[in-house]
Formats: sequence, structure tokens, C-alpha cells
Amino acid sequence: MTRTKVAIIGSGNIGTDLMIKLLRLSEHLEMGAMVGIDPDSDGLRRAQRLGVPTTAHGVRGLLDMPDFDDIAVVFDATSAAAHLDNARLLAPHGKRLVDLTPAAIGPFVVPAVNLHEHLESPNVNMVTCGGQATIPVVAAVAASTPVLYAEIVASIASKPAGPGTRTNIDEFTETTAKALQVVGGAKRAKAIIVLNPAEPPLIMRDTVHCLIGDVDLDAVERQVVAMVHAVAAYVPGYRLKQRVQFRRLETDDPAAELVDTRYGRPCWQVSVYLEVEGAGHYLPAYAGNLDIMTSAALRVGESLSARTEVRVP
Amino acid sequence: MTQLYIQDVTLRDGMHAVRHRLPVDQLRRIAAALDAAGVAAIEVAHGDGLAGSSLTCGPGSSTDGQWIAAAAEVVKRARLTPLLLPGVGTIHDLVATHDLGVTSVRIATHATETDIAEQHIAKARDLGMDVSGFLLMSHMADPDLLARQAKLMADAGAHCVYVTDSGGRLTMRDVRDRVRAYRDLLDPGTQIGIHAHENLSLSVANSVVAVEEGVFRVDASLCGHGAGAGNCPIEAFVAVADIYVGGTDAICSPCKTPPKIWSARCRTDLYASTGKH
Repeated sequence: MTRTKVAIIGSGNIGTDLMIKLLRLSEHLEMGAMVGIDPDSDGLRRAQRLGVPTTAHGVRGLLDMPDFDDIAVVFDATSAAAHLDNARLLAPHGKRLVDLTPAAIGPFVVPAVNLHEHLESPNVNMVTCGGQATIPVVAAVAASTPVLYAEIVASIASKPAGPGTRTNIDEFTETTAKALQVVGGAKRAKAIIVLNPAEPPLIMRDTVHCLIGDVDLDAVERQVVAMVHAVAAYVPGYRLKQRVQFRRLETDDPAAELVDTRYGRPCWQVSVYLEVEGAGHYLPAYAGNLDIMTSAALRVGESLSARTEVRVP
Repeated sequence: MTQLYIQDVTLRDGMHAVRHRLPVDQLRRIAAALDAAGVAAIEVAHGDGLAGSSLTCGPGSSTDGQWIAAAAEVVKRARLTPLLLPGVGTIHDLVATHDLGVTSVRIATHATETDIAEQHIAKARDLGMDVSGFLLMSHMADPDLLARQAKLMADAGAHCVYVTDSGGRLTMRDVRDRVRAYRDLLDPGTQIGIHAHENLSLSVANSVVAVEEGVFRVDASLCGHGAGAGNCPIEAFVAVADIYVGGTDAICSPCKTPPKIWSARCRTDLYASTGKH
């Protein structure tokens, strides 16, 4: 079987972790190019050591590479602003783009929820690390009952949060909140991010709260547990930290003010406490925020590859 | 004569003590009393800053916009100002507040994470606002590290950077060392502020030491009303500052009216809303 050749743009934490995962785990994808802008970056040097073709001249360098035509899928792990340029330059070449920045030109994809919905789209977006961790849970609750309001808190160790994340923190909160509605199905949503500088660094934690009406709580818990298993199938360190919690809301509970009453009155607060331990491929195990993003992107890349093969007679 | 910029935080940090559920009419009365008393600035927002209303931080009884608009109806002299925590609120929330006529803001991050505020500080400057950097949990960073982090905020455009003792953990020596480290590293034109908490009953003493070291902006609140053990009580601080400085009209900048010690009526209003006495 021939493997699908891919390129990764961005030799920072996310791009490098994705490259390592791809080399170690993927049966269908092959590294065709690692693209950076700093020849001294750890990611590009590592790629060279691993025998991956590299360029330090950004996406223009990629276009000039001899095997560019063989590359079918391009992962972009740069920044939202850079992705807009990269997508424009790649547009004439018919590559499938998997966008790991919050640029979100294309539709959001969260593999456990809507992997197959957008595989025909030329550009798919991987939301954010916090979105990949929490949207499946909101979608699981929404499978049983309307989610009147969803709120998530993503707590990531300060150390693995690179400059792209740090200077674009609004894009994290806004993109995550939007995807909680579009993919998760919440009527309203809010996202909060916390960068935790504790030493030694703490493993990524994600908390999901949903406000829902009166419903079979056992069914909600079953759906959430099943969804956590579905995500863990591609992110092995993804797990529930506690059992799913339910809090009955009194009629005068202030939580009701977070809900648009057109959609109903909330009776329960569902709280789900998650932990994402990284596989330690590039950064240590605390960097679950890298793992969930790159694992999800790899899953999308594999599916695109399968899709491409089907088309070849 | 020493001039100080007293910012009252009763209607922002004090929101924690009433679970962010301060009725608008009470907020209006307190804001009017603070304004009449002559504070330089009045901070109004959810306790966790703009867009803090949430299950995690506590749903607000009003929106930030409703609270700020209510205060704006009665405040004639003081500068109204909200707080914004990147990661909770966004530049969108900052712009919406500016659209209400607010001309001053504080951008808060954990003491060691100030680079996440660069865009928010820059946007506030673009809008022509007075902007401060608020380095939460300042006790978690040693003076040199804290000063380097404060410099990042100043370089991003902050007019003033704070030693923010969110945990009430700093002693007078700790405050002195941090303010000196700021003064040594920052441009002379960058103001320094102190935000003290009362956990060790040192909030007034810490604020006085900070002023002795060159701090210009001092946070305080009615009866120390604020998160946890409370903030620096404004009545006591103003009295101490009065004794130290020796002239009541030294206390309030930019307005020059003599500050009053707040009336029993104002306190009664406040405590009626908290359920404490």
C-alpha cells in the first residue's frame, strides 16, 4: 500500500509533536516535508535528524520542494494570521489543508463528534486544544437533551504554551466558545483558559459544565462515559478525573441567568472533570494540550488519506 | 506634597463578597457616595472582571454594562474603570466597555504570565484609554522576576503597573522590595500601584510602605470590602495617609476636594447588601 505524503508547516511545539506522532504511529501517512522559518529551530533540526525533507523558507519554500506535487495533505501548525497567508498560497495546488491554528477558515472538526461531516472540504479546522478536549462531552450531553448553556475551563501548564498561544489568547476563548455551539450543540457557550505556571508543571485539566432541563441523568452519564472512551481511542491519556456530577438547580438559582429562556429553564448543572495526559512524544506528559490537538489532527489526516485512496481506481 | 491616586475597588473586588450580586440601586448609591467623597477612580465590574459572569466565577446579577451604566449615571468626577482578565474576557468586551464611555481599564494576569496581556494593553492604548497592568498573585514571583514581568506590561503600553497582593501574603518588607525592583527597572514615567489584601492585617501598612517607596496609585475599599479577607480599608488608609502626609487635600488626585471619612449611611447601604453586620 502506498502511503499518503503530507507536509507540516510550523516547526514549533505542535508541528514537531505532530511529526513525531505521524512517524511513530501512522500506517497511512508519510512525512513529505517539514516546513519552518527558523533553520535553527529544534523542530527543523529534529526533522533533519529523522530523515524528513525540510525547508526553512516557509510555505514558499514548500512550493519549491521537488516532491511538492506528491504531497496530498498539508497540516498548518503556525498561527491564525500565518494560516491565512499559507492557505492563500496553497489554494491553487489542490491540497487538503488541516488547520491547527484558530484561523478557522474551514469548518470545525472534532473527530469523536463530526469526523466524517467535512472530509470533502478543502480546509478543515481543528478548533483549539481546549475545544478538542471539551466539545465531545458537550455533544454527548446534547445527544440526550438540549444543552441550554455550556461552559468550559481549560487549564494548561504555562510551559508548553508557546508564543502563538500566548499572544492570541482571545482567539482561543472566542473560537472555543463558537465551536461549543456549532459542533457541541450548546445554545450558549463560554470558554475560559487558565495558564498555570506551577512547578513542576501540571497535567492539562478541562472542566465542562452544562445546564440542562429535566432528563434521565443516568442516560446522560452513560453518553458522557461512552464519549470519553471514544476520544481516548485516539488520545490515550484522555480520561475522566471524577464521576459525572449533577447539581439540582432551585428555581431561584442564579445559574438560570446564563440561559436564554427562549430555549427552556435549566433544572440541572452537569459537571465533567477531565484530565489529558500527553504521550510524551515531544514534550513531557503534562503537555496534554499538545497531544489532544495533534492526535485529533492525525486522525483527520488518516481519514482524508482513506478518502483519497477510495477515489483512486 | 505627596499626591495619591486612590482607586476604590468596592464595586469590583467587593463583588466577590456578595457573590457578584450587587443590586443596581445599591451600586448607584455607593458609587455616588464614593464620588462625592472624592476618590480618583471607581472600579466597577464583575469580581473576575469583564465577562466574568459564569458558572465557574459566579453568575452576575447584572451585566458589566448595566453596572457600569448605572454608576455612570451618578458619578460626576471620578474616573470609572473596569478590570479585564485575558482568558476570561476579551478585547471585544474591552471595546464594548469603551463604547459606554469608559476611559480607563486595568488588564490583569497572573504575575508570571503578563505576555498574554500585550494585545489587550495595546488595544486600550489605541482607544486612547488610561491603562494599567495588574500583576495578580504578586507574592508568587520574587522581586526581580515580578519587575521583569511588569516591564513587559509597561513596554506594551501600560501607564501604570501594580504590585497586586491578591493572596494577602506580602509583608511590608516584601512590598518594599517589589516596589524598589519596579522603580529600578521601569522608566521614571511609568506609574506604580499597590493593591493590598487584609489576610495578615497588613493592608494599610503595606500600602503606606508602598507610597513611601514611590507608589502613586493605591487601591482601597469601603471597610475593606473585597475578596477573601478583604482589601485595604479606605477609611483607615485615608486617615493614616492624612497623618503621614499632613494635609487632607493631598489625598485625592486628580480632583482636589478634601476626602471625607465615609458616612455611616454609606456603610449601612453596603452591609445591607452583603447580609453582614
